[in-house]
Amino acid sequence: MSAMAEERRQKHCSVVLPTESMKAMAESVGVGQLQEDSCVALSEEVSYRIKEIAQDALKFMHHGKRRKLTTSDIDNALKLKNVEPLYGFQSQEFIPFRFASGGGRELHFYEEKEVDLSDIINTPLPRVPLDVSLKAHWLSIEGMQPAIPENPPPATKEQQKVESTEPLKVVKPGQEEEGTIQGKGQGTTTPDGKGKEKGLIRLKPRSTHELSVEQQLYYKEITEACVGSCEAKRAEALQSIATDPGLYQMLPRFSTFISEGVRVNVVQNNLALLIYLMRMVKALMDNPTLYLEKYLHELIPAVVTCIVSKQLCLRPDVDNHWALRDFAARLMAQSCKTFSTTTNNIQSRITKTFTKSWLDDKTQWTTRYGCIAGLAELGPDVIKTLIIPRLAIEGARIKAVMEGPVISNIDKIGAEHVQSLLLKHCASVIAKLRSPPDNVEQYRTEYGYLGPMLCSHVMKARTQAALQAQQVNRTTLTITQPRLRATAAQANRRPRTPSIIKVPSSLTLMSPRPGTPSQPSPPATKYIVMATSAGAASTQQVILVITLSSSQSASPVTSTVPSATSTLQPLVKLEPGSGPGLTASRPLQKYIVVSLPSSASSSLETKSSVLPTSISSSSLDGGMKLERSESPGASTQSPH
Amino acid sequence: MAAVQGGMSDADIETDIKTEPSTDGFGNNNANDGRVLSASPGSGSSTGSNKQTAAVTPEDQQTLLAVLQFLKKNKLIESVEILRREAGLPENSLDPKATESAGAGSGGAAGIVDLEGGDVSSLLSRVTGSSSAGAQAPTKAVAEDQPDVRVVLSAYSQQGDPTLYEVYYSDLKKFIETVLDCHRAELSQVFYPLFVHMYLELVYNNHESEAKAFFEKFSGDQECYYEEDLRVLSGLTKKEHMRGNETLLDFRTSKFVLRISRDSYQLLKRHLQERQNNQIWNIIQEHLYIDIFDGMPRSKSQIDAMSGSLAGEAKREANKTKVYYGLLKEPEIELPLDDEDEEAENEEGKPKKKKPKKDSMGSKSKKQDPNAPSQNRIPLPELKDSDKLDKIMYMKEATKRIRLGSDNLPSVCFYTFLNAYQGLTAVDFTDDSSLIAGGFADSTVRVWSVTPKKLRKVKSAADLNLIDKESDDVLERIMDEKTASESKIMYGHSGPVYGISFSPDRNYLLSSSEDGTVRLWSLLTFTCLVAYKGHNYPVWDTQFSPYGYYFVSGGHDRVARLWATDHYQPLRIFSGHLADITCTRFHPNSNYVATGSSDRTIRVWDVLSGNCVRIFTGHKGPIHSLAFSPNGKFLASGATDGRVLLWDIGHGLMMGELKGHTDTIYSLRFSRDGEILASGSMDNTVRLWDVMKAFDDLETDDFTAATGHIHLQDNSQELLLGTYTTKSTPVIHLHFTRRNLLLAAGAFNP
Repeated sequence: MSAMAEERRQKHCSVVLPTESMKAMAESVGVGQLQEDSCVALSEEVSYRIKEIAQDALKFMHHGKRRKLTTSDIDNALKLKNVEPLYGFQSQEFIPFRFASGGGRELHFYEEKEVDLSDIINTPLPRVPLDVSLKAHWLSIEGMQPAIPENPPPATKEQQKVESTEPLKVVKPGQEEEGTIQGKGQGTTTPDGKGKEKGLIRLKPRSTHELSVEQQLYYKEITEACVGSCEAKRAEALQSIATDPGLYQMLPRFSTFISEGVRVNVVQNNLALLIYLMRMVKALMDNPTLYLEKYLHELIPAVVTCIVSKQLCLRPDVDNHWALRDFAARLMAQSCKTFSTTTNNIQSRITKTFTKSWLDDKTQWTTRYGCIAGLAELGPDVIKTLIIPRLAIEGARIKAVMEGPVISNIDKIGAEHVQSLLLKHCASVIAKLRSPPDNVEQYRTEYGYLGPMLCSHVMKARTQAALQAQQVNRTTLTITQPRLRATAAQANRRPRTPSIIKVPSSLTLMSPRPGTPSQPSPPATKYIVMATSAGAASTQQVILVITLSSSQSASPVTSTVPSATSTLQPLVKLEPGSGPGLTASRPLQKYIVVSLPSSASSSLETKSSVLPTSISSSSLDGGMKLERSESPGASTQSPH
Repeated sequence: MAAVQGGMSDADIETDIKTEPSTDGFGNNNANDGRVLSASPGSGSSTGSNKQTAAVTPEDQQTLLAVLQFLKKNKLIESVEILRREAGLPENSLDPKATESAGAGSGGAAGIVDLEGGDVSSLLSRVTGSSSAGAQAPTKAVAEDQPDVRVVLSAYSQQGDPTLYEVYYSDLKKFIETVLDCHRAELSQVFYPLFVHMYLELVYNNHESEAKAFFEKFSGDQECYYEEDLRVLSGLTKKEHMRGNETLLDFRTSKFVLRISRDSYQLLKRHLQERQNNQIWNIIQEHLYIDIFDGMPRSKSQIDAMSGSLAGEAKREANKTKVYYGLLKEPEIELPLDDEDEEAENEEGKPKKKKPKKDSMGSKSKKQDPNAPSQNRIPLPELKDSDKLDKIMYMKEATKRIRLGSDNLPSVCFYTFLNAYQGLTAVDFTDDSSLIAGGFADSTVRVWSVTPKKLRKVKSAADLNLIDKESDDVLERIMDEKTASESKIMYGHSGPVYGISFSPDRNYLLSSSEDGTVRLWSLLTFTCLVAYKGHNYPVWDTQFSPYGYYFVSGGHDRVARLWATDHYQPLRIFSGHLADITCTRFHPNSNYVATGSSDRTIRVWDVLSGNCVRIFTGHKGPIHSLAFSPNGKFLASGATDGRVLLWDIGHGLMMGELKGHTDTIYSLRFSRDGEILASGSMDNTVRLWDVMKAFDDLETDDFTAATGHIHLQDNSQELLLGTYTTKSTPVIHLHFTRRNLLLAAGAFNP
C-alpha cells in the first residue's frame, strides 16, 4: 500500500523543465545573460503552461477518437488559449530528435533541413492516397462471430496453445457464450438446478472436432481443390489455407488428410499429388493464426517421407522428383526453425535421422539426395559441420558411379544430382570459410573428386556475392516479418532464387516462402487420394511409418510384411533420446523406414496395397491415443 | 433574443420562471464580447419582460442584482429601470456588496478576454448553481489588481499558520481512521475536498513549499478516481497559476456536495469543535455542502458508486423535480391495408397474427401515458405528408422486427471506414439506416448511401423551371441523375468535425466542429444552409430532436444550447456543468435534453423551462456517450472509465453498473424494444448487455427509500451477453435498424 502511494506520489511530483533549457532557448532568440532567478521563474511558468496545454490537447485526442496524441491536438489546444498554433509540424509517426553536447551542455533538437524549392517542384507528385471508403461485414450473426478475414481469429495462437497443453482450463469466448446460453436454456426447464447445471456445462471439455455444415463443405471444397486438376482453383484454396483465420478447428482434419495422403501416394508413386500435399503443408505453416505444434507428429513424418523416400514417382529417370525433395527439405528446415524447442528437439532428431541414413553405404541415391538436401537446408552451420567433412567420401562415391562401369542409368542420374546439390550448397559456405586465393590443387587434395568443381563454384559464388552486395548497399532493408528468421540463414545456399538479397554483413534476406517446385513432367490428372488400388508395378517402396508408442511400432511392420523380413532393411531408425525429448504425457516417436525388395512380386504388391492402410490405422490409433492423453474428455472426436 | 423566444410558443414564456435570469445574464455577457453589441438592448428588454413573477428566491434576487449591476455598468439604464420595476426591487437595492460582486464579474469578463467564456460561465454557475451562493458572494472583496481571482478566491484570504495545515489534516485523518467502521467510509469522503481546499489555500497565500509538502504527503491517500484532478493540482504551484485555471475555479465556485448521515456528521462536528480545529471547520462551512440524511450510514461501496464527480454528489433536492419521461402520443395514421407485401404475407397464412398486433399498437397509442408530458408542452413541428409516409414505413418495418433477448441476440453488421487517414471523428446513421454520415478531422463531412439508391442533388434552378410541377413523380423529377453517386463530400468547417446528426426526415444534416460552429447541411443540394454561431469554442456534440426542428449542441464553453433550425440564435442555454460538455442527447419525447460532461456528471435539462432537473454522479471519468431507452424511462451513460451506468430518470437513481470495457465507451444504443443495450468502445469491442434483467433485478423497494441509496449488485458478467472484437477498429457509433439489426461503425486503424 505504501509502495503504491509512493509510486503515485512520484507520478504527481511536478516535473519542471531544467533552467538550462531556458537559457538555451533564451540564447536562441537572442537574449543572453539571463538571470538564474528569472530562469527558475520562467521554467516554472513554462512547465505549468505546457502541462495545461497538454491537458487540453488530451481532450482533442479523446474527441478525435484516437489513442495517440498528435501535433494537431496541440495546435487546437493552443488555439483554445488564443495562442498562435505551431504550424508546420506534421504528425509523423516518429520525429527524429537529435542529440548534441558540447561545452558541458546537452541538447536535444529537431534537425530542420534546408529544403530546395526547385527539388520539391521537380519531384514527381506522390501517389494520391486512396479515398475513404466504406466496407461492411458481419461482426456477429445472431450472437456468434463468423470466422472471416475481417474479424479477428476466433482463437489466438496463445489460446490454441494453452488449450492444447491445458485443455480443461480454457474456455474460448465464443464457446463460453454458447455454454452460458445453453445453460440458461436448460436452466429454464429445471429452474432449481440452474446454477449447478451452468457450472457443469462450463466444465465440460469442448470437442474441437465437431464441424459445422459450412465448415464441412469448406473442408471438402478446399481438399478437393488442393489435389484437383485445376491449378487456379488450387492456388485459391492454398491462399485460403494460408490466410483464413478461422481454420483452427479444421486443423486436425487437414493434418490427417496430409499424412494419409502422403502415405498412400508414396506407395503409388504419385509425384504430383505429393507435391500438392506439400504445398498444403506450406500453406498451413504460412497461416499466422494456426498453432501447428499439436499436429507436428503427423506433418513432420509426411514431409520427411517426401524428402527421403526412395521412390516418389513412376519414372525416376524422367520425372523431376528432385524438386519435391528440395521443396520438402525447405519446409522441413522452416518447421525446424519455427517449432524446434528444447523440449521437442525437432532439429536435432531430424538431423540425426538424415545423417544416419546418409552414412549408410547401402542407401539409394535418391534417399541420399534427400538426406543431403534436408541437412543443407538447415543452415550453413550444419553444412559446415556435417556435409563439408564428408565431401571427399561422397565425391569418391560419385566418382565410382560416374566413371565406373555403367550399372544403371538411374544411379547415374542420382549421382549427378547429388553432385550438383553438394556443389550448390557447399560453394557459398566454403567461400566464407576459406580466404580468397582459390587453388584447384588445394581443393582437390582437400575435397577429392569434387575439388576442382567446387573451386570454380566457390569463385563464382564470390563474384556473385560481391555483385549483390553492391546492389543491396543502395537500399535499406528492414526485417518486418517474424517468419523471416526461419529461412534467413539458408538463403545464401540458393543462388538460383531470385529473391535472395545478400548483405555484406552476412545477413541474408529472402522472401519467407520457399520456392514452389515446378509441376512434374507428366501432366496431372485427377487422382483420388484415398484409393487403395495399386497403380503400375512398383519396384521399390519406402514407407515411412510413425507410431507413437514403441510397443506398437514394431507390430505393423513385422506382421504385415512377414515374407519380406529377410530382405527388410531398416534404413533409418531413430529413437530419440526418450524421456526429456517430449512432455511426459506424450508417448515416444519412432521413425522406421522400411524398404521392400526390388524383386517384390505381384503377390507382395497386393500386400503393399494393404500395408499402408493397416499402418495408417495403427498410427491413427496412436494419434487418437495422443489426443486422448491430452484431452481425456474429448471422447466425441472421430478420426475422419 | 426576443425573436428567439417567439420561436417557442407564447404560452411557454408565461410559465417560464426560474433560469431565465441566468440565461439572459449569460446572453448579456456574450454581448459584451463585442460581437453583438446591438443585441444587448434587445436581450435586456426580454429579461425585463420575463420578470413578471414575484417568486424571487434569495438566490434569484442575488442573480437579479448581478444582472442589474451589469446592465448599469454597460450604461443600459433603461433596461435597468425596467428590470428593477418588473422584479419589484426597491430603488436602493443595488447595495454596495452586490455592486462589488457583480462588478467583479463583469470586470473579469472585460479584463481577460481569452478566458472570458470560462470565467463568466463559471461565475454564473456559481451564482445560479449553488443554492447558497447568495450568502457567499457578498462576503469579501478587497484587492484591486486581479478582480476575477479575487472574487473567486476571496475565501482563501484567511490566514492560518501554514505549517499547521499538515497537523490539522493528519489530526482529522487520525480521527477518521479510529472512528467506528460504519462511520469511517462516510467521513472519509471529507478527505478529498478538504485536501484540495487546504492545498489551494496554501498556494493562494504563497506558501509554496508548504503546499508542495502538503501535497506530497497526502495526495497518495486520495481515491484513485481523483487521479486526473490531482494531476492538474500538482501542476498548480503558484498564485498566478490560479488565475484562469478552470479546475480551480470549479472547486471554488461550486460547493462540493457530500452526503453524510446525521450520526456521522455529529461525530465529525463534535470532534472538530473539541479540537478547536477551526481551519478545517471553516473550510467545511464555506466550501462544502453537507447533505445530511437520517438513517443508516452508507457503506463504502455505496459511496464509491455515487462519488467521483468534480463537485461531489448531487444533492437530493436536485433530483426531486418531476420529470415527464413518458412518450408522446403517436399521431394516428391509417395504414394502407391493400399493400402488396401484406398481400403476399396474407397468402402465407399470417393475417391472424397481424390483426391483433395492429390493434394492440393502436390502443397503445390512444392511451395517454400518465408520465408523458402534455402533447403541446413544447411546440413540435407538424407532420408533413412525407413524414406520414415515413411513419407508415416505420410501422411496417416494426412488425417485422425481431424480438431480442438474452437467448436471441442481434446480428451485428460492421461498417468499416477504410483509408480514413484524416481521422474519423463522428458517425451517424439515419433512422431508416439508408445513409451514413462521417465527420472527419480534416473538416470534411461525407455522406454515403448504403442502399442501392444513390445520392442525387436537386437540379439547378434553371432546370427546375422546366419541370412539370403537376406530375405525380415531381419529387423524382427534380433530382439530377447526372450527380448520382454513392457518396458526397461537404466542405465548410474549418476544424475537425466532432458531432454529426441526421434530421429525422433525412433532409438535413447537422455537424459541429472545432471551429465553434454548428452547420446545417441540406441533403437535397449537399450544401451548407446555416452556420449557427454561439459557442466560441469547440462544439463537441450536437443532436437533432427526434421530432426534428430543434437541436442541441454542447461544447468546450461548458454550456449546452438549444436551437431551432430557423433561428440563428439559441432558444435556451443550459448552463451548470463545471467542465466541457462532451455529449448531448434528446429525450425521445423531445421535452428533455441530457448532457454528459468532463466534470463527470450527467445533467438532464427541461427544454421548456431551461432548468436542470436531474444530476447524476457516479462516473469516474469524462462521459462520452449517452442513450435514452426507447420508452424514455432510462438513461445509459458511458465514460472514459470503461463503465456503463444505468439511470432511472423518473426516480433520479442509479440502476446499475456494467463493467467490462477497458477503454472509453464512445457509443451506446438501446435496441428498438429496449431489451438490449449495445456499447461500442475504443477497446475495439462491441458488447451487448441484458438491460431488461438489470432493470428487473433491482428491487422496487429501492426506489421508495427516501434516502435514495441503492445497493448495486456486481453482476456485470451475468448481464454481458456478448463481446465481439474487431480487428483493429475502435467502435465509435452504433445503431439499431428498425428491424433490430445492429449496425456498428468505426475507422480501421492499422
